[in-house]
Amino acid sequence: MRDVAVVGFAQRQMPEFDGSPTCVELLVPLLAECYEQTGWTRRDVGFWCSGSSDYLAGRSFSFVQAVDAIGVIPPVNESHVEMDLAWAMYEAWLKIQTGEVDTALVYAFGKSSAGVLRRSLSLQLEPYTMTPLWPDTVSLAALQARVGIDAGVWDEAAMAEVANRSLTDAEKNEHSIRKGGSSVEELLARPMYADPLRKHDCSPVTDGAAALVLAAGDRARDVRERPAWISGLSHFIDPMSMGTRDLTRSPSTARAAADVDLSGVEVAELHAPFSHQELILRRELGLADDVRVNPSGGALTSNPMFSGGGIRIGEAAARIWSGEIERAVGHATSGPALQQNLLCVLGSTTEGARN
Amino acid sequence: MAKQPAAVVGVGQTHHRAKREDVSMAGLCREAMDRALADAHMSLDDIDAIVVGKAPDLFEGVMMPELFLAESLGAAGKPLLRVHTAGSVGGSTAIVASSLVQAGVHKRVLTVSFEKQSESNAMWALSVPLPFNMPVHAGAGGYFAPHVRSYIRRSEAPTHVGAIVAAKDRQNALKNPYAHLKNPDTTVESVLASQMLWDPIRYDETCPSSDGACALVIVDEDVAAASPNPAWIHGTVMRSEATTAAERDQVNPQASRDAAAALWKQAGITSPVDEIDAAEIYVPFSWFEPMWLESLGFAEVGAGWRLTESGATAMDGRIPVNCSGGVLSSNPIGASGMLRFGEAALQVRGAAGDHQVDGARRALGHAYGGGSQFFAMWVVGSEKPTN
Amino acid sequence: MTRSLSAPVTVAFDYTRSTGPVLGRFLTGLRDGRVIGGRTSEGKVVVPPPEFDPVTHDPVAEFVEVAPTGTVASWTWVPEPVKDQPFDRPFAFVLVTLDGADVPMLHALDVSSVGEVSTGMRVQVRWAEERVGSITDIACFEPATDGGFETGASAPSSTIDPVTGVIVPVSLDYLYAASPEESAFYRGLNEGRIVGQRCPTCQKVYVPPRSACPTDGTPTAEEVEVSQTGTITTFCIVNVPFLGQKITPPYVSAYVLLDGADIAVLHLILGVPAAEVRMGMRVKAVWKPREEWTYSLENIDHFEPTGDPDADYDAYKHHL
Repeated sequence: MRDVAVVGFAQRQMPEFDGSPTCVELLVPLLAECYEQTGWTRRDVGFWCSGSSDYLAGRSFSFVQAVDAIGVIPPVNESHVEMDLAWAMYEAWLKIQTGEVDTALVYAFGKSSAGVLRRSLSLQLEPYTMTPLWPDTVSLAALQARVGIDAGVWDEAAMAEVANRSLTDAEKNEHSIRKGGSSVEELLARPMYADPLRKHDCSPVTDGAAALVLAAGDRARDVRERPAWISGLSHFIDPMSMGTRDLTRSPSTARAAADVDLSGVEVAELHAPFSHQELILRRELGLADDVRVNPSGGALTSNPMFSGGGIRIGEAAARIWSGEIERAVGHATSGPALQQNLLCVLGSTTEGARN
Repeated sequence: MAKQPAAVVGVGQTHHRAKREDVSMAGLCREAMDRALADAHMSLDDIDAIVVGKAPDLFEGVMMPELFLAESLGAAGKPLLRVHTAGSVGGSTAIVASSLVQAGVHKRVLTVSFEKQSESNAMWALSVPLPFNMPVHAGAGGYFAPHVRSYIRRSEAPTHVGAIVAAKDRQNALKNPYAHLKNPDTTVESVLASQMLWDPIRYDETCPSSDGACALVIVDEDVAAASPNPAWIHGTVMRSEATTAAERDQVNPQASRDAAAALWKQAGITSPVDEIDAAEIYVPFSWFEPMWLESLGFAEVGAGWRLTESGATAMDGRIPVNCSGGVLSSNPIGASGMLRFGEAALQVRGAAGDHQVDGARRALGHAYGGGSQFFAMWVVGSEKPTN
Repeated sequence: MTRSLSAPVTVAFDYTRSTGPVLGRFLTGLRDGRVIGGRTSEGKVVVPPPEFDPVTHDPVAEFVEVAPTGTVASWTWVPEPVKDQPFDRPFAFVLVTLDGADVPMLHALDVSSVGEVSTGMRVQVRWAEERVGSITDIACFEPATDGGFETGASAPSSTIDPVTGVIVPVSLDYLYAASPEESAFYRGLNEGRIVGQRCPTCQKVYVPPRSACPTDGTPTAEEVEVSQTGTITTFCIVNVPFLGQKITPPYVSAYVLLDGADIAVLHLILGVPAAEVRMGMRVKAVWKPREEWTYSLENIDHFEPTGDPDADYDAYKHHL
């Protein structure tokens, strides 16, 4: 396996983007930021891959216009996944591993506010016996939260603790759109929304886009003194059915965790759009007590659809670049109630790189 | 670092029809997958990862349908990826699947692409009216017809060349048990007599709307050793450009020319027309055969139609194109590109049945999408690549 | 004022889903007032039946009727229902393990307040008045009544006339926004002008303007009003009638390269028999009456010939 690192990261997050659902206007400055960080031009990028959803945009081929932001004369080596940025990154990492290219820039975008997000996401469900009932994302997460509470695996106070820590940490993140921690008691005193979830247990509807830059070997060292080397990258999926899954667990996360080496991880950026989901993920990852979880504030404070997962990887990488930490894990999820999960372990050295 | 060798050892496809009302989406995919697995002498339990491809989600009205399909496709507990690159998606998906093997990450990958167009209406899904925009007043063929006219003007091709392609592909389809359109009476004359829909494109020169799926099993060198007839991957390429740009060549797009050049170089091919034994080229409207023959370098610019007119692209010709009947005979959009890639693999495996080109050793699989802006291609061969 | 023009749009289609044999069996049961589960290779009864066995991956083939009564395994309250949910007033979504099934299924529970739902409570199916072979044949669950339940079965469950398809309407409402650059174009059209923008990198004039010049990736900027006269680069004659068509065929859809622009726009050509339209023909914009103008290219009703001599092929061949 080649040594590949995350060497660039740019993001935009906002409650309501005043612009088109193809988000080209957002991507242009994001890509510019990536060029600035790397000292590259678009011609230095060997492979491009994007992530987005047509149903979020409300039109077919919503990703097609996005390639304009690259400037595609001469044409580019490019692909697209109908998935989160993290999986676009996975495809790019693969491309670099084949030896075909040494560098890649991946981006993703989504204007969640264009529709009613929790309703639009009902279209992700089994279309014969689930979607006709229009179960919204928040309700499905709430069903999951209740299963855990009833089973004694977590409680509302533990959920509030997650929310409080996230809202507090978000104060230091200029990109978070919801911030301001108080106390577990104060949060628990707030009204129920989708019982047993309160609004602060649910990620806010967020528009946005993000980009990550990957480079192999010396190309990465040319960009940064401390590239965030990918030492493990793994993802799995579970069945969708809410009935046949143990909703208190995440087998796909556990499988991914078994596939990578999480030892020595100091920071975990976990893509948990609902507070109890962080608790599930922490359990599956078996993180030590001194691991800092979501110092960025995490998805509970800002969760742009289709880039929210990749942003976790970018946040983790940025802390390695800065010298703050040596090892971190970024996590991304997709589908209802943590159906699909990806882990990306990053380190300041190439030691322990996946092979 | 060189790519790890990878080969196709299983190819499966559905019986493509206008409406496959006998199966669900999962059933459609599994029909293709189970055939591919049987061909590879494997079961789903042998598979390390699954890659799903499909064109716009509006076709089936499910956002990221691979999520609900995961369990039925045997992907639960495995890695699953979903690719979407417009009409080229079937090809792009096969390339992503092969990169999982070429990167050394997995040994046995199954990839499936599908479209169940009968769940909605393609014309609707592709042109949902947007505020402020002009309504599409020409339909799907209306997008490509002006560019076909440009080709005819530029190359000074006689106007019956499109009909030659349509008649050839429909006749080829009679030899393919899975093809959607089966019309033994199609001739150049009958195509010319069919209704002019989007002048210069006639009804019989357009592709059908199909339900269908295609699946491939792609494996590494060790696993391929157990196969009697692996189709080795000699080169893969993806290139993209904009839908519209000032002075963009929409007849012979640069992304297509660049992709072909890169592909031939990878595969060590200097004269495609001499070195490729069978080509499966994405031809949804008949005129795209001569257009792509030029763009891909099988003919000089302006001379693609001469190759077609000479009969060179017939099954017994110098460069047989779309022996399966092609997109003109079966078009489950999301799967159409993978069908091209899979049919190319069948040719070099000597497994194409009645539409087999004798002794085919190297074949091209080609797909394009969007407004002739996304390209995915591969070359497969009966011998392990030497480079 | 926002940068972008926006307007509501609804993306709606009634999807015609073929169910395949397993889901068809389940939906046939619902139509007949019975709940049918599938038995997996591990012996579990699952409702709705999975299409393929999670372990063997074979099609599920053993079906078991379960009771229309069950126990709530999990629930949540929906204080603000969204469109098309089972109720337009607050209700509960529940996971219910039906008697005879091993795992719960998802549906709605009709209770009037959050205090009336709890894990472990007994519930029963409330059948829809009219059953058609859809998950909504179960209108919802309701708290179980004493002394058993009312069966919805009015006819024996049968494989006669099985359900093979289901229609699922999908309608989503969006607020569509044009990009700021496109908005400038549409605002110009509302004033009777055709406004393009020049790319600062390659100097090409784009109509409509673009958030990113597709060649360079830089936003077009300097505003350029282009001519209302131009050249047909290429075209097709539309002979095919289709849904929503506004003009009777045959008519011409053409790329028109307006003088001063570096990219053609697609529009209608009228005022000339379709068969007489040529590549290179010079045409001019014909606007709708001013009172019909809005923020749309449709303000231009069509283009028609100017009567001037055709442009040389060399003048536009690089725009094909």
